[in-house]
Amino acid sequence: MTVAMEKPPVPEPPQPAVPESDGAPVAAVRRISRRVVIGAILVVWLVLFALLRGTNTLALAAADLTGPHRWLNDLNDSIGANRNSNPLFLYFFNEIRLVIDTLVTFVQHLISQPSDDRPLPQIGWLGVVGIAGFVSWAVGNWRVALLAVAGFTFFGLQGLWQESMDTLALVLCAVFVALLFAIPLGVWAGLSDRGNRIMTPFLDFSQTMPTFVYLAPLTLFFLIGGASATITTVIYAAPPAIRITAHAIRTVPETTVEAADSLGATRWQSLLKVLLPMSKRTVVMGVNQTIMAALAMVTIAALIDAPGLGKTVIQALQSLDVGTAFNAGLAIVVMAIVLDRVTTAASARAEAARRSGGRLRAMRRQLVVAGAAVTAVLVYLSHTYVWAAEFPGEGDVGSSVASGADTASTWVQDNLSGITNAFRDAITNGLLNPFQTLLTDSPWWLVGVVLVGIGVVLGGWRAGVTTAVCVGLLVATGVWSDSMTTLASTLVATVMTMLLAVVVGVWMGRSTVADRLIRPTLDAAQVMPPFVYLVPFLALFGATRFTAIVAAIVYAAPVAMKIIADGIRNVPETTVEAATSAGCDTWQIITKVQLPMARGALTLATNQGLIYVLSMVVVGGLVGAGALGYDVVAGFSQGQLYGKGLAAGLAIVLLGVMFDRITQAAARRTSA
Amino acid sequence: MTPVQTEVAQRRGTPKDSDGTPVISVRGLWKVFGPKAERVPESAELCGLTRRELMDRTGCTAAVRDIDFEVAPGEVFVVMGLSGSGKSTLVRCLTRLIEPTAGEIVFEGENIRDADDKRLRELRREKFSMVFQHFGLLPHRRVVDNVAFGLEIRGMGRAERVKRALEVVELVGLSGYENSYPDQLSGGMQQRVGLARALAGDPEVLLFDEPFSALDPLIRRDMQNEVIRLHHEVGKTMVFITHDLSEALKLGDRILIMRDGKMVQCGTGDELVGAPADDYVREFVKDVPRADVLTLRWIMRPPTDGDDLGGPELGPDVVVREATRAVLAAERPVKVVENGKLIGLVGDEEILAVVAGREPEGGDVR
Repeated sequence: MTVAMEKPPVPEPPQPAVPESDGAPVAAVRRISRRVVIGAILVVWLVLFALLRGTNTLALAAADLTGPHRWLNDLNDSIGANRNSNPLFLYFFNEIRLVIDTLVTFVQHLISQPSDDRPLPQIGWLGVVGIAGFVSWAVGNWRVALLAVAGFTFFGLQGLWQESMDTLALVLCAVFVALLFAIPLGVWAGLSDRGNRIMTPFLDFSQTMPTFVYLAPLTLFFLIGGASATITTVIYAAPPAIRITAHAIRTVPETTVEAADSLGATRWQSLLKVLLPMSKRTVVMGVNQTIMAALAMVTIAALIDAPGLGKTVIQALQSLDVGTAFNAGLAIVVMAIVLDRVTTAASARAEAARRSGGRLRAMRRQLVVAGAAVTAVLVYLSHTYVWAAEFPGEGDVGSSVASGADTASTWVQDNLSGITNAFRDAITNGLLNPFQTLLTDSPWWLVGVVLVGIGVVLGGWRAGVTTAVCVGLLVATGVWSDSMTTLASTLVATVMTMLLAVVVGVWMGRSTVADRLIRPTLDAAQVMPPFVYLVPFLALFGATRFTAIVAAIVYAAPVAMKIIADGIRNVPETTVEAATSAGCDTWQIITKVQLPMARGALTLATNQGLIYVLSMVVVGGLVGAGALGYDVVAGFSQGQLYGKGLAAGLAIVLLGVMFDRITQAAARRTSA
Repeated sequence: MTPVQTEVAQRRGTPKDSDGTPVISVRGLWKVFGPKAERVPESAELCGLTRRELMDRTGCTAAVRDIDFEVAPGEVFVVMGLSGSGKSTLVRCLTRLIEPTAGEIVFEGENIRDADDKRLRELRREKFSMVFQHFGLLPHRRVVDNVAFGLEIRGMGRAERVKRALEVVELVGLSGYENSYPDQLSGGMQQRVGLARALAGDPEVLLFDEPFSALDPLIRRDMQNEVIRLHHEVGKTMVFITHDLSEALKLGDRILIMRDGKMVQCGTGDELVGAPADDYVREFVKDVPRADVLTLRWIMRPPTDGDDLGGPELGPDVVVREATRAVLAAERPVKVVENGKLIGLVGDEEILAVVAGREPEGGDVR
């Protein structure tokens, strides 16, 4: 066999007799009893909480440290001291940092930062706008080219030209490096089952983690700054490209590969002439995902001093300057829209272009040459003349956006604070506070036992064991109490997300019109880097835990809604028809047929919702959400808290793994 | 769903009347999927098990079990069986798209199983071509580039391969569609592209893996006729896989019937209908209009002393339907004569027994 994808048409070897021997009636009994068990666990917890409240809570004040934190601090110090003598650093980490740094600096000098003896970058705004328009047109169409030109000009008008170009430079570098690794790895994972098996756990793990947690450990090895930011971004942005490339290679029809084999193609020929061309479109979609992930990460990487728009947003958030944060956040949104539209158009284009007969193609070639010439002229102008190099004006649009946002925010706080505060207080006092008290004031071992118990009941023994390990490690990180606070916020936000998602998801699943109306908005919302969501809610609710929770709900809901809508839609038409003919009304169909049959989708939506919420709740540390997110942020900025920040990052990972394992195991059970 | 009239292949020479050196001869071929598959053909005990027992005992599936056959030059050899009978695996074993577990595949004196990767590629490039059920075309290439694909793989220059591809495109009746993309064509036309791709390399053997199963019945018939026409024009040796008996009878010089990976019977169409090897084959051929398939050889009775030998003469390979009118019109029984020698007689009785569709009383009439 010349290509590894080929699989003999054998019936699957028999699974070792599935022990799901329980038929329908037994399963029903089991499900009810599962609910009862969870109820019992909760009751016991409440009783013991009443008795043991306030003991063994492992609370730790903001500035306090534990042994492991000090050890991590020492580790950081010793790495700092030996960075230039330890061979591992000298020949490995430092080399990587150097290469990445050179790349980043090079691109920055090109478009964003003053280079060498020049007070301005090599290519000024006119050149960049020209290139953006030309490239968008060449890979996409003239509409996205216009969008790109408008978007880029808007950055200049906002007075954020340099920041935007810094962000763009980092995104470009990270995407370049990520694709350099991701596409070959994806091809490998697509061709070889072994490659796939090796890769999958890493990909799963890296996609489970909130963006945030990549930052801390990497600064240990690559220092704070642009290089670290790029490397983090590469790690975060590569997995989607790897996955999608592998998927694309795998979905090339087997007959086609076999046909190439039967004609005597070598492996190489199969790859170059069959597999890659046939996966091209999907791979471009992977590139889109990578770019969007990179943009999201680059903005967050501002926490470790990455230059660009993210930094502006974070500084503004920290000083609660809503106007400035909004202005910069808007720039991020615009950049996200431009990048997304252009790459989406690129993936749609491949198809259309090759169909459009020979004459048009010949004409297009001339147009491309002409466009390139014009772009070159623009680049030259922007290199030579100040007016084309430095964006003219003072960024007046930006200041009016900022002051507009400020005015709106003030107005809201003056006039709507009654409503928003009432809403906030209702949720905070009614749901969040009691729950948080329950989690933080219970003895740690009690919470641990409850978590493990719930893990076992929902996800089975293996999930239980994972939970136990995670609980143990959480205690060891020394930030137990903060973890419980974060856990409380996460769970409350997830519950609210799911409520929202079920309502909207069911609506979308049942009505094609609703789906068509809502889905584009959801798609767009998913493209946004997470922390631009914080800005408007900061204006509405001020700097509190609640702001982070609402932002988290808004951030996580689109994913959950889409999954639920698809789940509802996948309920077989005939089943619904049968229920209708049996005389069910709409409510009965939803509650007795569609939702139960979409159980797998519901659990999956919960899984994704939890992970998204967690990453957002943590980012909320920036706007007063406290707890783990705050610990991490503080760790970046204050040397003596570095170890604690790292431990908090680890705690976030542990929470993420715990949620993920339990819900995934539960999803497997329910859909089995 | 019995076809009103089954078209039968004209005999173009069986191994018996060729010079005796087959193009392909397959001996003791096995393909077993599963863990430690190679032990199955080696153990007499495991060989004896049924598929189900083998699966329970070893976790292995025997897709092809101990198959022997030979294909003569220029012959159309059909392998027929229901889905899961192992026929598609068998044809893939011939060029080792699926690696056989045991046995020999001798092509022009060379055991293909001994070929290394390089030699195997050469064989696939020069000697064999395959047409697939689901076409396996490249959606991103135009028809002409799809047809030229095999030549491109060989390293032929662009101008030359396009020239050759255009010739073949014309041969399969696709002129005017050279610059279309596969998804702009109907299923039948896509399969013509597949056929053209296979023919472009001028191979010695064409392998067909259920090429027309995915097509509409009418188009299927067109394509079958197309294959017959091409066979007349280019005279390639063909191995044709199908699950459709009428297709097998129409195209095949000889037909091999497979069941559960084993060969049940191998012979010409009239042999299968006239002398089914077992109940499985009998059940299979039950609905075939016998008059269209059987020849006089199968229904004649031996001459006895009291017979009137004054009737007209016919050859033994005349199909019953064609002989009906002559026999019924004749006053006296028709003499069946082969090489000037009287070998039997056919009267109204015998003809009517077949045309009226009565089962023959004994198995082998010969």
